[in-house]
Amino acid sequence: MVLVYSDDKKITLELLSKGSELAKKLGKKQTAAIIGKADDALAKEYIAHGADKVFIAETDLDSFKAEEYAGLLENVIKETGTETILIGSNKNGKELASRLAAKLDAGCVTDCINLYLKDKKLTVERVVYSGNAIAVEQFTEKPNIATIPSKVFDPLLKDDKRTGDIVKKKFDMEKSASKIVKVQEMKTEGVSVEDAEIIVSCGRGFKDKSDIKLVNELADVLKGKTVGCSRPLAADLKWMSEDHWIGLSGHKVKPKLYIAAGISGQIQHIAGMRDSGIIVAINKDPEALIFKSADYGIVGDLYDVLPKLTDAIKTKMG
Amino acid sequence: MNIIVCAKQVVDVSEMKLDPSTKKPILQGVPQKISDIDKNAMEEAIKIKDKQGGKITVVTIGPADAKERIKELLAMGADEGVLVPPPDKHDYHVVSSLLAGAIKKIGEYDIILCGEASIDLFSGQIGPQLAGLLNIPQITYAQSVSAEKDKVVAERNMGDKAVTTESTYPVIITVTKEINEPRLPSLMQILGAANKPINDWSADSLTDKITPKVETVELKGVSMERKNIVYQNDLDESVNKLVESLAKEGVLR
Repeated sequence: MVLVYSDDKKITLELLSKGSELAKKLGKKQTAAIIGKADDALAKEYIAHGADKVFIAETDLDSFKAEEYAGLLENVIKETGTETILIGSNKNGKELASRLAAKLDAGCVTDCINLYLKDKKLTVERVVYSGNAIAVEQFTEKPNIATIPSKVFDPLLKDDKRTGDIVKKKFDMEKSASKIVKVQEMKTEGVSVEDAEIIVSCGRGFKDKSDIKLVNELADVLKGKTVGCSRPLAADLKWMSEDHWIGLSGHKVKPKLYIAAGISGQIQHIAGMRDSGIIVAINKDPEALIFKSADYGIVGDLYDVLPKLTDAIKTKMG
Repeated sequence: MNIIVCAKQVVDVSEMKLDPSTKKPILQGVPQKISDIDKNAMEEAIKIKDKQGGKITVVTIGPADAKERIKELLAMGADEGVLVPPPDKHDYHVVSSLLAGAIKKIGEYDIILCGEASIDLFSGQIGPQLAGLLNIPQITYAQSVSAEKDKVVAERNMGDKAVTTESTYPVIITVTKEINEPRLPSLMQILGAANKPINDWSADSLTDKITPKVETVELKGVSMERKNIVYQNDLDESVNKLVESLAKEGVLR
């Protein structure tokens, strides 16, 4: 059996697509797991998107704890005789998969961007060394756990004619000694850099928070309207909310055009934007690392370059 | 309070190069360092010890030359080190099993601190796997930690939410890079570290789970081939040339 789980419905639908393909090749069926309240509508949607069966581990837990969810998922896996487990690679999913691997004494690989069978063994690819290399990793024994980030695979088209069993069960579970005392929404500006076609990004080369308007103005004329930033501006100075942060621990983006102004080009930042179409760098230091990762660059003070560039593009685009 | 820090020696990724003919990354001869976020875990351990007293033990699964890296952490403020060389073939499962074995051998522990992930492979697996093996609570992605006598409270950065979690001891906490600024040891501390003990423990004395479940069959280089056209003379001319180039690329629409 192939089992798919994420607490994020969107990712689950994407995993069901890859899971169907793997299940077919393995000659197995695919189960989608739901942890929480019995939600028949959601279960039917999973079936319409490729699940042969939906297993609902019913629980009244009101919040996610990896310790408890790993215990529930372990029960579902034993009950369904699952050997291949695909888990959505968001923050919850990664810590859940890793803990589950320890409990099941199973192999686990996180953040897989490709999965296939080679010599009948599940083989996966993941980005390592800050984007400098891709490791091809192969499971040597079962069960196998792989986590997959969002947007790696496209969901299957919905087919309402598909049918499948919906199983509901409550399991006894070991409670965690930890306790969630507060959940606070983080300050965000509702920016989705992952979906942007054009991004103008700013870094430590800016002297003051108010100067970011130079980037906003350029983004406006580019009709990109999306502004990104490197780590220091989001994490240390907090001039921008974390939804703008592009890099290894921030967001990974691939717009058609990426303009980096006043960004030195630390490997962690490059890892977040290296898949962009055209990369432009503006930096006053001709030795800045960012130029090595750019298609076009201007060596100059961003305070001079940005207004001129904004004007020139405005003229060009009419 | 008994504090354990798990720290990994990694290659300095910014110094990595690709072999021009095979396009594969060259790992030999690249400078080694302690994974950045593990240093944040070390710094947090020192802060906890300053407040609650106790002892900090650093555990590293790594080759013999990682001893030099452990000395850096001893200079920062750790009291004792443990070095366990892994078998040649190892994976996340083997490393977390070795850490669990070493920590059980140390015996007494209240807080285990790790970086959220190592900066070379960035799997994020080791902390949660270790927590699973020891069957204790895990608090991941902590951006602040407050250790009290009977419990610890941590604020976790979950991207769109900040989740505050508390736990009794023992507990594993994985920290983010934003939690603190790791200190630089003084010359006196560096000299003093030479007298602190580093224990060499063998892998097979700690666990029998030393067979990997995942094998790296290939490492493919990702070359960053870009045009690298840089304009740097007259500013107006540079800007015009850039705009012309972008128009030709079809990205100005």
